[in-house]
Amino acid sequence: MNKTINQKAWFFVVPVFVLVAFNAVIPLMTVVNYSFQETFGNNVFMWEGTRWFKQILQSERFHAALGRQFLFTGIILVIQIPLGIAIALSMPKEGPWVSVCLVLMSMPLLIPWNVVGAMWNIFALPEIGFLGHTLNGLGFDYNFTQQIGDAWFTTILMDVWHWTSLVVLLSYAGLMSIQPAYYQAAEIDGASRWSVFRYIELPKMKKVLTIAILLRFMDSFMIYTEPFVLTGGGPGNATAFLSIDLVKMALGQFDLGPAAAMSLIYFFIVLLVCWVFYNLMMKNEEQS
Amino acid sequence: MSLELKNIEKKVGQETHIYPTNIKFEKNTINILLGSTLAGKTTLMQIMAGLDKPTSGEIHFNDQDVTGLKVQKRNVSMVYQQFINYPNFSVFENIASPLRILKVSEDEIKSKVGKIAELLKLSAMLNKKPSELSGGQQQRTALARALIKDSDLILLDEPLANLDFKLREELREELPKLFEDRDCIVVYATTEPSDALLIGGNTATLLEGKIVQYGKTLDVYSNPNNLNSAKVFSDPPINIADVKKIGSSFLIDNENFKWQNSNTKLSDGNYKVGIRPHNITTYKEGDNSIEIKGKILISELSGSESLIHFTKGKYNWVSLSNGIFQKKIGEEETLYMNVDEFLYFDQNNKLVKHV
Repeated sequence: MNKTINQKAWFFVVPVFVLVAFNAVIPLMTVVNYSFQETFGNNVFMWEGTRWFKQILQSERFHAALGRQFLFTGIILVIQIPLGIAIALSMPKEGPWVSVCLVLMSMPLLIPWNVVGAMWNIFALPEIGFLGHTLNGLGFDYNFTQQIGDAWFTTILMDVWHWTSLVVLLSYAGLMSIQPAYYQAAEIDGASRWSVFRYIELPKMKKVLTIAILLRFMDSFMIYTEPFVLTGGGPGNATAFLSIDLVKMALGQFDLGPAAAMSLIYFFIVLLVCWVFYNLMMKNEEQS
Repeated sequence: MSLELKNIEKKVGQETHIYPTNIKFEKNTINILLGSTLAGKTTLMQIMAGLDKPTSGEIHFNDQDVTGLKVQKRNVSMVYQQFINYPNFSVFENIASPLRILKVSEDEIKSKVGKIAELLKLSAMLNKKPSELSGGQQQRTALARALIKDSDLILLDEPLANLDFKLREELREELPKLFEDRDCIVVYATTEPSDALLIGGNTATLLEGKIVQYGKTLDVYSNPNNLNSAKVFSDPPINIADVKKIGSSFLIDNENFKWQNSNTKLSDGNYKVGIRPHNITTYKEGDNSIEIKGKILISELSGSESLIHFTKGKYNWVSLSNGIFQKKIGEEETLYMNVDEFLYFDQNNKLVKHV
């Protein structure tokens, strides 16, 4: 076989190359550039080496934000994954209600993030919001703008409301791909409902659940808009998750060097966790 | 032991899936449900298993009405076309799973699984997961699971359909042996007439939700009681033509094709003749062969058999010969038909004895 040499093919790669360069490589390299230097504007830079990285890694402020971030992500995963599976299991498998349920489930996912934040802000206001007013009327001392616990409660509730649907839809897709014969075979064996879930449904949903957990981890770990609109990171710094803290540092204080270093550390943490999680799941897959 | 369906009918909405059906399966028999897709084989089996309820009618097991009885209480097992196993159990645990639910002791489980695994050539795979097995081995695992619990009724719903040719042949030969010494009723659904002939036992031919004929497999094959039964039990499809008998002359298509046969007790009149493709061959077979000259339409090989489609008059014919014959498309060729094997049906599609 003789290959024809045709260098024109490179032309087809150029648009993608340019696009990726502009939307990923160049911004990222700018951040890398900032993270090693000090600047006072006017395009004057001074080399600082790894100083900003050391500073961030040792700063209590970063540790606190990272801790809050892991706590938040942990809580919403623990709530959303089982809740999503449970809702998916109780959804009808055929008939006209399927589309009704699917549309209802997709609704929260279609709402823009800042609208979700604004909605929940108004909804939860202690004086006039439906949720806030009702809770106070029931005798709870609820004020998410002033009490840390209430702020967390509201943020988590908002995220659960916004994103559980994604887990539901993915789990539902996984459930629908199980052939009816599996259920019949289990019925013939006399297997219990729990056994059917544990030994048929869960293993068959494993792949979509991996995706659901990864997506929910990444999205919640990078959450910004909703808590920013809802609580603005407050009260104090109580709900200042990593990205909120980062924006404060970069745009509020204009500490570009440390903020750039923090961005990169943030980026590597997300990458690392996803990589470890994915590899664990795949290793599991090979064993089974 | 016996399983009897009494006037079983199944309707889904306005549609009838099974028309009122009566059939009785006896102890230690293999019964084949033969019919094309949507003929109602699976529905019938699910009703027998208790996975589905009939719209009306009764199911009797050992002369006891079990119509409303749940599947868990019926001691049945079923094997499906898809290879159904617990995905994250080892082969051993998969085979053992029905026993675990019955709370059988560990020692007994070990010895039983060992025996059945040997029978199904799975001994070397007991520690593997189903996903590591070939399709044939996965289906053997499913079979082992069905066999291990000494069910009264074993239902096999096209168990070989998803296997490739070689594995299918292999497992098909083993199947009847697996059930030989078992005290149970086996029901086996298939679309393939060759499955029925190889497995033997009894066959029920099914067409559009009705049982057309039930009897000993060979009997049903050689004496189909009507045209539909013959159609269901013939692959490639049986050739059918209108024929007129006057004296010893048989005329098809206004004398376009005719032959003489005085050695018949058929009375004069109009019939439909059914000729199975393997009774039209490129060589003479039997003492009573007649010639047919036709124009070749398609000539194809299937293994060591030759399938030749040709046209004669207003009918297209299919012939199946043993050996490899290749004919030129468009040429006139002479083929031979074995008159003794012809099946004659009257105007109501009922079989008429002719010898």
